[in-house]
Amino acid sequence: MGFQPIKFYQTGTYTVGNRLLSPDQRSVQAAESRSNSINSGHRACQGCGEALGARYAIDAAMAESHNRLIAVNATGCLEVFSTPYPESSWQVPWIHSVFGNAPAVATGIAAAMKVKGKTDVRVVAQGGDGGTTDIGFGCLSGMFERNDDVLYICYDNQAYMNTGVQRSSATPPAARTATTMPVGPEPGNPFGQGKNLPEIAMAHGIPYVATATVADLRDLEYKVRRAMRMRGARYIHLFVPCPLGWGTASHDTIRIARLAKESGLFPVFEAEHGEVRSVLKIRRKVRVEEYLMPQKRFAHLFGSHPHPEMVIRIQEIADRNIRKYGLLDEEEAA
Amino acid sequence: MIKPFAITLKPGTSLSNLTGTWRTERPVYLDRLPPCNNACPAGENIQGWLYHAESGDYEQAWRMLVEENPFPAVMGRVCYHPCEDQCNRGKLDSPVGINSVERFLGDEAIRRGWKFSEPPDSSGKKVLIVGAGPSGLSAAYHLARMGHGVEIQEAGPMAGGMMRFGIPKYRLPRDVLDAEVKRILDLGVRLRLNSRVENISASMQGFDAAFLAVGAHIAKRAFIPAGDAAHVVDAVSLLHSMEGEERPMLGRRVVVYGGGNTAIDVARTARRLGATDAIIVYRRTREKMPAHDFEVEEALQEGVMIKWLSAIRQADEGQLTVEKMVLDDKGMPQPTGEFEKMEADTLVLALGQDVDLTLLEGVPNLEIRNGTVQVSGNMMTGFPGLFAGGDMVMSERSVTVAAGHGKKAARHIDAYLRGAAYEPHSKHELADFGKLNTWYYSDADKTVRPMLDIIRRQTSFDEVQGGLNESNALFEARRCMSCGNCFECDNCYGVCPDNAVIKLGPGKRFKFNYDYCKGCGLCAAECPCGAIKMVPEEI
Amino acid sequence: MLKQIEGSKAVAEAVALCRPEVICAYPISPQTHIVEALGEMVKSERLAPCEYINVESEFAAMSVSIGASAAGARAYTATASQGLLFMTEAVYNAAGLGLPIVMTVANRAIGAPINIWNDHSDSLSQRDSGWMQLFAENNQEAVDLHIQAFRLAEELSMPIMVCMDGYILTHAFERVDIPSQEEVDAYLPSFEPRQVLDPSEPISIGAMVGPEAFMEVKYLAHAKQMQAIERIPQLASEFRSAFGRESGGLVRTYRMEDAETVIVAMGSVIGTIKDVVDEMRDEGHRIGVLTIVSYRPFPLEQVRGALQHCKRFLVLEKSLAVGMGGIVATDVRMAVTGAGLRGYTAIAGLGGRPIFKAQLHQLFSQAEKDELPQVTFLDLDWEAVNRQQERERQTRRSGPVAENILHDKGIVSAKFG
Repeated sequence: MGFQPIKFYQTGTYTVGNRLLSPDQRSVQAAESRSNSINSGHRACQGCGEALGARYAIDAAMAESHNRLIAVNATGCLEVFSTPYPESSWQVPWIHSVFGNAPAVATGIAAAMKVKGKTDVRVVAQGGDGGTTDIGFGCLSGMFERNDDVLYICYDNQAYMNTGVQRSSATPPAARTATTMPVGPEPGNPFGQGKNLPEIAMAHGIPYVATATVADLRDLEYKVRRAMRMRGARYIHLFVPCPLGWGTASHDTIRIARLAKESGLFPVFEAEHGEVRSVLKIRRKVRVEEYLMPQKRFAHLFGSHPHPEMVIRIQEIADRNIRKYGLLDEEEAA
Repeated sequence: MIKPFAITLKPGTSLSNLTGTWRTERPVYLDRLPPCNNACPAGENIQGWLYHAESGDYEQAWRMLVEENPFPAVMGRVCYHPCEDQCNRGKLDSPVGINSVERFLGDEAIRRGWKFSEPPDSSGKKVLIVGAGPSGLSAAYHLARMGHGVEIQEAGPMAGGMMRFGIPKYRLPRDVLDAEVKRILDLGVRLRLNSRVENISASMQGFDAAFLAVGAHIAKRAFIPAGDAAHVVDAVSLLHSMEGEERPMLGRRVVVYGGGNTAIDVARTARRLGATDAIIVYRRTREKMPAHDFEVEEALQEGVMIKWLSAIRQADEGQLTVEKMVLDDKGMPQPTGEFEKMEADTLVLALGQDVDLTLLEGVPNLEIRNGTVQVSGNMMTGFPGLFAGGDMVMSERSVTVAAGHGKKAARHIDAYLRGAAYEPHSKHELADFGKLNTWYYSDADKTVRPMLDIIRRQTSFDEVQGGLNESNALFEARRCMSCGNCFECDNCYGVCPDNAVIKLGPGKRFKFNYDYCKGCGLCAAECPCGAIKMVPEEI
Repeated sequence: MLKQIEGSKAVAEAVALCRPEVICAYPISPQTHIVEALGEMVKSERLAPCEYINVESEFAAMSVSIGASAAGARAYTATASQGLLFMTEAVYNAAGLGLPIVMTVANRAIGAPINIWNDHSDSLSQRDSGWMQLFAENNQEAVDLHIQAFRLAEELSMPIMVCMDGYILTHAFERVDIPSQEEVDAYLPSFEPRQVLDPSEPISIGAMVGPEAFMEVKYLAHAKQMQAIERIPQLASEFRSAFGRESGGLVRTYRMEDAETVIVAMGSVIGTIKDVVDEMRDEGHRIGVLTIVSYRPFPLEQVRGALQHCKRFLVLEKSLAVGMGGIVATDVRMAVTGAGLRGYTAIAGLGGRPIFKAQLHQLFSQAEKDELPQVTFLDLDWEAVNRQQERERQTRRSGPVAENILHDKGIVSAKFG
């Protein structure tokens, strides 16, 4: 388990807050005083996982940095829905430059803070999967390689949502996007390697790499806070379902994220200097169908002309993750 | 700083964009009825008192509990806890040990000497209660707390009724019972022992109302031809005599005839009295047995034997004749004509009990059917001002049901005394398992209560089942999922992508900020306990 | 202090005197010597406090500069050619956000064909990016313009490119007067950002702006450059008072008294032009030179003022608007609209083609006689061009143009036959 589990069983160990916990053990999100880094009135779709993930992550970073934080944003949904002139949702100092340069802009800010001796001010850069794994990849890799003092958070919703759901290198196999339509003998996104950015980040040997989902707030906050306690380049890959792009109900955003983790399709772990240090075990294992079926982007795998062979291949991916990261407790895995 | 035009914006200014207009459905908070509360014959707010117990505020938990039921220590021992059968947690791992937490609270109250709050000023009304059993004492308690004068007239030498004369000590130690009875009497309730009411019409004189709460102390008989030397006793008398100075002599081999809880109690008592063999003879099978499973299990552990599908046809000295039975299509036992002999020093008949209704003779408009008094929904008999409950009315007979009757009757009596009608609150919709999001509840199996070692269970009347200590009582309380009732877990406050949930502070729960709520429904979907529902917007 | 020093080193010295706080370096010829020298200064802590960041691309170089500048640090980088194009998106963004970054562009041609030598196509391609562009005539001016550039950029909160000809200036050893730190400090106040990312006063920089305000934002950027037209001469004048040298300004004139023909140009070629003009003046020609120092903002009035009394002008530029002709010439012609002047354009020195005095002498003489076409390509090998065009007429797939021409010119024939 990624975070320090609460030392006694009780109702609410997995909830956002808990009146029974001492205040220092409570989540940032449970506090009335949380910073609401991204405020009400933003124009994200109903049930937006990215809006939620961003507030979770940035509020945690704010708490850990004692509100001494500057945020950089790549172009994308988060940027567009949060800062359409004349209103901004951000309550932290925030800058958007272009699509592919958020890590570099963050490097510049970190350098400025260092040169000015304001090392208490911390820098977070954030982008969607397109801005991270594709167009911003060069800058991200450079920032990693130099070990610049930046925490980069990728909000992964597995496609270019802002432009209308086109494929990115984070789009999973078989998923329907506007550029991988569910037609032909192998409908949807081709089965390929994609880009496993957490592992690529680990290959840079940076101090900290972690994955998390919006379904497990306490784990996410633990990882953000842990990352913020370190210096150098840090990367958090946050899984954020997109109701619009995935064709899921707006109230299912967290459930879908939970199923992604519980199926093994999205392994949740943390790594230091390239070595995996802990994994969040699967608690109630599900087959991939349970994750895939509520999503219209996978509808062509089921229904009247199903593709069970593709579902099997997706299950194999999940099983591989489970083996590779040891996502099941030993007795269950056996 | 002079910010560049349009490119640079002031923080948090999106507040002027009221996204609430996007909504087609709105979330609303509600309290749903937890299945435990729904199942409790005494109408306890179980979820409510567990909530306080979860934070370690046991006194508050106890006070909330006794709002409905003045016998937590007794209930925590003898209640068959239908609440646990309905507990949603049972569908997840195992039900919350409500009964054991209740006992902990009851014992804690006795240990710490917690008293009921002082009753209000006297109403000047007087109520007669006939019988100091669970329903009578419960009614007395509630009426006293409403400010009415209460007098209990009890035929027996001690208060408690079936709690004392029907339930063995090893299940309910008498000091516990005495403590909870005394606490009720301390409210100013007058108890007259050894005062059998022969005629209610006469006894009611001078009272504004009366509540009949006489227990079923008359054993039902079955026709079993018995030789003169056969030693046949009935269960009621046997258990009753256990409260006396002299212990009954049953011999080494005791056969109990019947399949209810009383049969079990008798068999287990017989073991403790030195019987080497205590055998229950029952006409049907274990599945059909009315006794509670856990009691059967405990009896078997103590060496009680059960002879299934058997009817006793004749009792002679030291010997019984038993006929083998089979179940028909309807599950009823039918004779087979196959007989066998059984050795028995004593045969105890545990075939059910009736209430002595002779005190009701001559009361006008009173209807008696199948040995029970007919009452209307407000528990009043056909005779104005005369109410009845517990074993006297048609109902399941248990201490908990009786306590519930006492409370219900008290409320109606109170209304009657005021010339009004008591309108119970309409029940909330049920918080069934499907309304919950159980992901958020940690995996935690039920705490098993300690049991007395088997030798002492077979040889003494020490209490069999132990209680929880504070740490495991707390653990057990915290297993409660708070079905249908907000427990301030902050999930709605956390999961809202639009920060449209306002946290009102400890104990004050939350409210929605409909200016910004887009109606995505995440709060409702991720509410662990089903305390939010989505309702369509009027468009 | 006078030094015999390479242009790049001199510029590095000047930049260091301006106390940059964040320097981004990505190697591309011919600017590398500048950032190399700065890197050494930072590493040796001669330049401190300063963060020197070896980025992974020019795009990152500009992006890091954007971040640093937005966070209130004085940011500097240098690039050229392909590098400038690679950072283009960020170049526009820096201007759009109004971040006063100073960048040296060691002007170099743009491929294909890849070419490392000097012309002005790179920075001129960014003429509409919102950056100001100042062109240095020589290394002394390159040094001086950097000092002025930081002050101007920060005053207006707009970025500036200081353009100096690659190799011709960057790699030339010349005598340069490097000012003292005290002099520079007196001229250049510390950076007071107009907007800054600061946790104690949060703002959101880089909003999405729709049709309702976009034009205003763009107009305001334009207005800033119009403001610069006033400030540039003032800063040059202050500079003269402080440092005792004539440097910068919008335009400079040379031997313009009673000139009938004026040669208009930018950058180091001005030196050669001046030599030719001197010679022609000695021969009695009424010819002068107009140097454009500030290409953006383009000083329309000043250019018109300088030219209005001549009869003709010739814009000699190291850039080509393919399919149209001159780039600088277009602006100059706009400046003199309606003045009744004859205007000529000469495209010269593309990709580092040397510009010799004799060629200019001939060109200017033709201009005086109005014998020039609208657009002249100086020193163009018409034989090679014609042969290629002939080939293309005959064969549809005639092979790569550049290689064919090199072959025709005998450059590769020795190697490849």
